[in-house]
Amino acid sequence: MMSEDTAPPRSPEAPPAGRLYAGIDVGSAATKAVLLSEDGRLVGHHVRRSGADLVAAAETVLDLALAEIGAPRSSIVRIVSTGFGRTVVPGAQQTRTEIACHARGAYHHFPMAITVIDVGGQDNKVIRLAADGRQLGFRMNRKCAAGTGAFLEEIAHRLDVGLGELDLLARQAENRSIRIGSYCTVFAATEVLSRIRAGAGLPELAYAAFESVAQRVLETGHAEGPIVLTGGVAEHSPMLVEILDQKLGTPPLVPPFAQCCGALGAALFARDGGGTP
Amino acid sequence: MPDAKPKPIETAKMMKRIMADHFREADAASREAGKKLAWCTSVGPAELLHAMGFTVYFPENHAAMLGATRTATDHIPKANAIGYSPDICSYLTADVGAHLAGKTPLQDAYGLTGIPKPHVLVYNTNQCRDVKDWFAFYARKWNVPLVGVESFRGVGDVTKEHVDSIAGQLRAMVPELERIAGRKLDLDRFREVVKESRETSRLWRETLETAAHKPSPLTFFDGTIHMGPAVVLRGLPVANEYYRALLQELRGRIDGKVAAVDGERHRLYWDGMPVWGRLREMAVQFLGLKTCVVASTYCSSWIFDALDPAEPFESMARAYTELFIVRDDQYKERYIRRMCEQFSADGIIWHDAKTCPNNSNNRYGMPERLSQALGRPFVAFNGDLNDLRCYSDEQVKTQFEAFVEQLAGG
Repeated sequence: MMSEDTAPPRSPEAPPAGRLYAGIDVGSAATKAVLLSEDGRLVGHHVRRSGADLVAAAETVLDLALAEIGAPRSSIVRIVSTGFGRTVVPGAQQTRTEIACHARGAYHHFPMAITVIDVGGQDNKVIRLAADGRQLGFRMNRKCAAGTGAFLEEIAHRLDVGLGELDLLARQAENRSIRIGSYCTVFAATEVLSRIRAGAGLPELAYAAFESVAQRVLETGHAEGPIVLTGGVAEHSPMLVEILDQKLGTPPLVPPFAQCCGALGAALFARDGGGTP
Repeated sequence: MPDAKPKPIETAKMMKRIMADHFREADAASREAGKKLAWCTSVGPAELLHAMGFTVYFPENHAAMLGATRTATDHIPKANAIGYSPDICSYLTADVGAHLAGKTPLQDAYGLTGIPKPHVLVYNTNQCRDVKDWFAFYARKWNVPLVGVESFRGVGDVTKEHVDSIAGQLRAMVPELERIAGRKLDLDRFREVVKESRETSRLWRETLETAAHKPSPLTFFDGTIHMGPAVVLRGLPVANEYYRALLQELRGRIDGKVAAVDGERHRLYWDGMPVWGRLREMAVQFLGLKTCVVASTYCSSWIFDALDPAEPFESMARAYTELFIVRDDQYKERYIRRMCEQFSADGIIWHDAKTCPNNSNNRYGMPERLSQALGRPFVAFNGDLNDLRCYSDEQVKTQFEAFVEQLAGG
C-alpha cells in the first residue's frame, strides 16, 4: 500500500526550478511528504510507514521526495507539518492539524462546498467546508478503531491475507449481504470468526469489512454536498469508494494522491506562510 | 519555546488552608466523641446538616481529587472487579476502588490516615442515581444509616408540586437526623445557615461573572479549582470570606487589564464535566492557543439563587430543583444560549463523558441545535471525568487545536 523507500513513485509534474514548499504529514500509520513549487504545482511526494521513529520517518520522506526530483534541501523555503506526529518534525516552521490540512488539500482540488471524509490509519474525520473554503465544523470517530484503517488491518490479519490483498479479494465477493455489525474491532473480529465457522468465504468477509468501514464513517458525522474522500484507505481501496457510492447514491470525489491530501494541505499552508493559530 | 504556565491566583493559598481545615475537621468529627460527621452529595441538603451540627464531607470532592491526582484510573478497576461496571459513574468507581485499596489523596495532602467514616450518609439524586448506589456501598460496608432525597428529572418549569415534594422529603429526614445528631433542629440556626449559603452562592456567581469581562481574568480551569469552597463549605462564613478575597483579586486583574490568557483571541463555553486528570494540560494548551474557556455549565451549577432564609425547606427544595442537571432540554438550551451571550463565547466545547450521561448534554442533538440557533460552532469530544482509559490525549488535543483553527479561519 505504500512505498518502502526503494523506488519513489513518479510525481505528476515535471521537476521544478527554484523554491519549494514542503508539507509533511506524520500520521499514525504512514508519513507523507509533498513538495510544491512556487506556483503551487505538486512536484514531488513520498510515503512510507511511520514506524516507531517519527523523526526518521519525517526526514526520510522529505529526503526521498527531494531525491525524486533532484532538488537539494536548501531549495525548501518553508515546511509545515501536520498529523499526530506534527510536533516532532525537524525543520518545520509551523504546525497545522490534520483536520485543517485535509480540508485545505481537498478544497484545493474541489473548490466548492464539500464534506471531506478522511479515513486514516487510526481515526477518521468528517469535515464540512463552505463554498469559500471556510471550515464549518468537523467530527472525529470515537476513541475506537471502527471505521479506520486499523480495523481493516485487524480483519486482514484475521483472514490471514495481506492488507493490500483485501481490496482485490472483496471484489470477488458474490454474496454482498454479509454485515459486520459491531462497533468494537475485537467484537467484529469475533463476528468474522463466527462467519468463517458458518461457511462464509474470504471474499465475502473482505467485502463485509469494507462495508463496515463505510457504515462507521457515515455514522461519524452529517455529510452535506459532494463528498471528497481522502487518506490512505481511499487511495488504496477502490472498494470503499464503490460502497460509499452505493450508500450515498452519488460517487464520492477522490483527489489524486488521496493519501497525501493532508501533506498537500500542509504544503499549501507553507506556501501561504500560515501556521499555528 | 516552553509552554506558558497558567497565571497563579494568589487567593489559592487561602483556599489550601481552608480546605485543609475542612478535611481535618471532617477527620476529627469522625473520631471524636460528641462530634458527628455526615457525608453529603454535592447538591445534597448541606444547609440542613450544618444547622443540625454535623460536620459535612463531600465524597464527590474526594473523587475529583482522585481524578486530579491521576490515581483514579489505578483504583477504578478494583471497583469494576467487584461488580461496579466501567460504564457507571467513575467518581463512584474511583472512590470505592480507592477505599478497597486503602488509599486516599487525603493521606499525602492533609495527613489523614483514611477517608473520614460518617455517622450518616445523605444523598440527593439530583446529580444521578449513582450517588445513591455509591453511598449505599458505604452504608452496607459500615452499617451506617442512609437517608436522602429522590429528585425529579427532566423538569421544565419548577412547580409548587415539585417544591412541596422535595421539601416534604427534606422534612421527613429530620427525625432520623435528629436521632443521629442527638439534638433537635434549631430553625433559627437553619435560617442562618441558609442565609450564609445564599451569600456563598451570590459571591460565587459574582466570581464567575468576572469572566464576562474582556479579556477574562479567569478561566474555566481556574474555576474548577476555586469552586471547592462553594461545594464543600457553602453555608459557612469561611466560604464567604474566601470568595470576597478571590473577587477582590479578580477585580484587581480587571482593573489592571490582566488577562487569564495573554492575548485572548477566542472565548469558549464548556459544557459537561472537567477531565480532572488533564486540567493542567488543557489549561496550558488553551493558553498556547490564546483561547480562554470563559464559562461553563459545571462551575455554574453551584449557584442557588432561590435560597431564602424565610423559607429554608421550600427554598432549598426550589434551589435544588432549579438545578441545570435535572432540567429538560428546552431549559438547558435556553440556559446555555444565555450563558454564551452573557460571556461572549465564540463557540462551545461539549464533553461527552463516557461514565456521566447526566452531565453529557451532547447526546440528543443539542450541539447541532444550539450551533444553528447561536450561529456559533462547536466541538464535541469523547472523554471522561475520572477514567482516563476512556480518554485519548492526542485526539482531544488535535480536536481543540482544529477547533481554534476553525475559529481563526472565520
